Amino acid sequence: MTLIQFCLMLGLATPLLVAVVAWLTDTLPNVRDAAGPIGALITLAAALMVASDVLAGNIPEWQVVAFTPSIALTFRVTPLGALFGVVAAGMWVMAAIYSVGYMRGGGEAHQTRFAVFYAIAIHAAMAIAWSGNLLVMFVFYEILTFSTYPLVIHKQSPEAMRVGWLYLGMLLATSLLLFLPALVWVWLVAGSLDFTPGGILGGRIGTSQVAWLLLLFVLGIGKAAIMPLHRWLPAAMVAPTPVSALLHAVAVVKAGVFGILMVVVYIIGTDAIIASPATIWLVWLASATILLASIIAMQHDDLKARLAYSTISQLAYIILGACVASRLAVMGAGLHIAMHASAKITLFFCAGALYVAAHRTKVSELDGLGYRMPFLFIAFGVAALSIIGIPPLGGTWSKFFLMAGAAERGLIAVIIVLAISSLLNLYYLLEPVVRGFMKPPLDKSVPARMPLVIIPPVITAGISLWLFFVPWPFAPLVRLMVLQ
Amino acid sequence: MTAFLLNLPAIVVVAPLLISVVAVLTPRLFAWPLACLATGLSCLAAWLLYLRFAGGRLSYHLGGWPPPWGIEFAIDGASLLVLVVIASLSFIATIASRGVFFAEIDPADARRVFAAWLLAIGGLLGLVLSADAFNVFVFLEISSLASVTLVAMGGKVDKRALVTAFNYLVIGAIGATFYVIGVGFCYAMTGTLNMLDLADRLPLASNLTPVFIGLAFMVTGLMVKAAIFPVHFWLPPAYGFAPMAVTALLAAVATKAPLYVLGRVVFTIFGGFSVMTGFILQWILIPLALMAILLGTILALYEKDVKTMLAQSSVAQIGYIVLGFGLGTAAGLQAGLLHIANHAMIKGGMFIGLAGMAVALGKRATTSNLAGMGRRMPITAAGFIVCGLSLIGVPLTAGFISKLYLVLAVIDGGYWQITALVLLASALSVAYVWRLVVAFWFWGDGNEARLAENPLVYAPLWLLAVANIWFGINAELIVAAAASGAQSLLAIL
Repeated sequence: MTLIQFCLMLGLATPLLVAVVAWLTDTLPNVRDAAGPIGALITLAAALMVASDVLAGNIPEWQVVAFTPSIALTFRVTPLGALFGVVAAGMWVMAAIYSVGYMRGGGEAHQTRFAVFYAIAIHAAMAIAWSGNLLVMFVFYEILTFSTYPLVIHKQSPEAMRVGWLYLGMLLATSLLLFLPALVWVWLVAGSLDFTPGGILGGRIGTSQVAWLLLLFVLGIGKAAIMPLHRWLPAAMVAPTPVSALLHAVAVVKAGVFGILMVVVYIIGTDAIIASPATIWLVWLASATILLASIIAMQHDDLKARLAYSTISQLAYIILGACVASRLAVMGAGLHIAMHASAKITLFFCAGALYVAAHRTKVSELDGLGYRMPFLFIAFGVAALSIIGIPPLGGTWSKFFLMAGAAERGLIAVIIVLAISSLLNLYYLLEPVVRGFMKPPLDKSVPARMPLVIIPPVITAGISLWLFFVPWPFAPLVRLMVLQ
Repeated sequence: MTAFLLNLPAIVVVAPLLISVVAVLTPRLFAWPLACLATGLSCLAAWLLYLRFAGGRLSYHLGGWPPPWGIEFAIDGASLLVLVVIASLSFIATIASRGVFFAEIDPADARRVFAAWLLAIGGLLGLVLSADAFNVFVFLEISSLASVTLVAMGGKVDKRALVTAFNYLVIGAIGATFYVIGVGFCYAMTGTLNMLDLADRLPLASNLTPVFIGLAFMVTGLMVKAAIFPVHFWLPPAYGFAPMAVTALLAAVATKAPLYVLGRVVFTIFGGFSVMTGFILQWILIPLALMAILLGTILALYEKDVKTMLAQSSVAQIGYIVLGFGLGTAAGLQAGLLHIANHAMIKGGMFIGLAGMAVALGKRATTSNLAGMGRRMPITAAGFIVCGLSLIGVPLTAGFISKLYLVLAVIDGGYWQITALVLLASALSVAYVWRLVVAFWFWGDGNEARLAENPLVYAPLWLLAVANIWFGINAELIVAAAASGAQSLLAIL
């Protein structure tokens, strides 16, 4: 076993180990809560090692076991996979610290169960990131669904249980009825499911069928929450905020768009998509989602619901980039996974902090709070600007590449959609900040001092800023992705 | 030792049959250990056969008398797979039975119960090995009558079990009669009962009408025995009212042997009539399989009593197996055989776990009675749910491999429209299993007292649960065995 295989194993096993430790140390909350951040740091280190190995031109690979005679449970890291691995592990570090502060500060029940399934979900996300073929990705995609169920229904209220059924039902139904048939279709046509640069279909499938296949994948990978299959995402906001933050800004939804991007780049192949004129309808579907979700987000006063619809809109950017499929668009989509993750997790952290420290959940309740929680509101503003795509913040790059990619294919309408969406973002994401600093306060309540929920968003906002100047390793990785 | 190894096929079948007689004659204290010994012996023999099997077709002549006069046992890929599954699951169910049986039957009946138990198992094993169409009937009747007795044992708890057992007896007898009439037609036209001889001579028959009538009778009879929609109606009540240990045994193994024989009849005996059998497969078995899948799944969704719910789900799962067979391709047969093995592990485990929980609770296992079981009996409940996840077909469990291969075979066979239905049913099955997950861990009726967990229940249960996970991650062994089984069914020998 080489060093890099050891890193792969470490990155996959550490989250599981954290789950086991958390389970065994139910009675020692300090040990249990230390396990998360420490495990996250180890996982991040492993993910960075793997990413730099990929950048050095290698293809880290670890075959665990032969699944069946024809396909193996194997991990083989593509540049895009290395990117998602770093994103998932990196955000877990912050989320692990934050969730300790949040769960303790809010006095939530079932903290051990929470810690265990949180770590298992990260394990599934890492396995998706590094999966060597589509079947392995599908397997861990489903594991991710099941392992996040206990997190979604954490409060066990009738409302949460109802949402749990919706969550499980929509994600499983789409994956079983659309994703799996698409996978089998590819398998029968190509005789393989390995992620290969340029795709594996090799022209064995007609140009009109390519569009249908892509449609099956885009709708079947329901975690990407494209309309009209987005209902579960806002509903799942009944979960505690750390869950919303990590799973609905990073691991779960990003696993969805990551899956679509992997299919586009390594299974169908971008050339086949560009050659198929009908795929343009998927670009319009994504464009419609971008605009509709933004318009719905504007109307929500509940901060988490607004962020949820903003997520749907931003995920559609990535799907859009994947379906436009020109080189720059795919690069933009890949970058947006990282840029949106760091910014959106900041916004969710802020929403959660506002809830536990100041008991505010609505945008209209934030008036004048900015001077009492300045760091939090500045972090919120920075992250919002990053999502809007204003320099000098990380989101600039992904928006720029997406627009350039659309221009590369002459899709002027897409550029207009992106521009309108940015304007809408500007309104609904900056409103909380403007209210916080510009409006007179509603009352004289003083928020509680809770550093554990304030520091993580400040750091992740700083990362958004940092990524504008040094987008390492994400920019080189997406470059490598399109060059292969 | 050599004699032992040379006579493995006989030992597999004879051990339970002979020891059942011994069990009646010895004190009742010995009944369960003898049953374990007998099933353990045939399990060992079956696995030794598997390990020593080198492919092709192994013919064993009972008593040294060659066919067509003597009794011939045939071992090939297909029969070996089903044999190993039945022998292993019987052994595991026998071990688990000790902990739950006597809550539902009179300990004074132990000798007779275990004698019937062994007869049922011996009959099924003989059924699978038999290379002679008439001996199939004989073994079919041995196992049916013994199973009826076992189901009737539920009468101590619920008198309805007696009516159910009587229905089971009558319907089973009709099925067996249909089968033997079919064999009769074929015998009349060919003068032989040996399966391979039949396969050779049937195409040469002077008049094909009786041959086709024979085929129709045999297929219908076996459909009854295998509980294929619409002649499946005896199964849910029989599983529902039988003692729980009996349900565990029957659900794991009872319908598997007739399903295998159905494959043998259609693909081996009538292998020369591909147009006729193709018609039966495409226009009778596939539609019925789809009906079974839908009906079983929907009825399971609306069932509150977990035992009956799992029985309804068995109807659907048999539908998946028949669908695989119905495709008539190597891939389809492989998927069917694969699911025979995986479903045995799944349902065996689930019924053993359910029995353990119901006995500890002391009341019938409805969804609401099982609330909070995840905290009250953590080991048993977790094992049960692992098998349940495999029933859904969650990735990394054996059930997923079955579903994957079935979907592959269905699309490969050109029936891509059916895929949607299969996957829809599979998505619906999530609902009835996940309801139990929710009940076990996320509900509670306020009663959180820990219940005693019996290692004789949870050890076999976890053995099956681990097998479900193992064959979900490393399915090479079982997939290869199913592939060789499919080859041997399709080969015109």
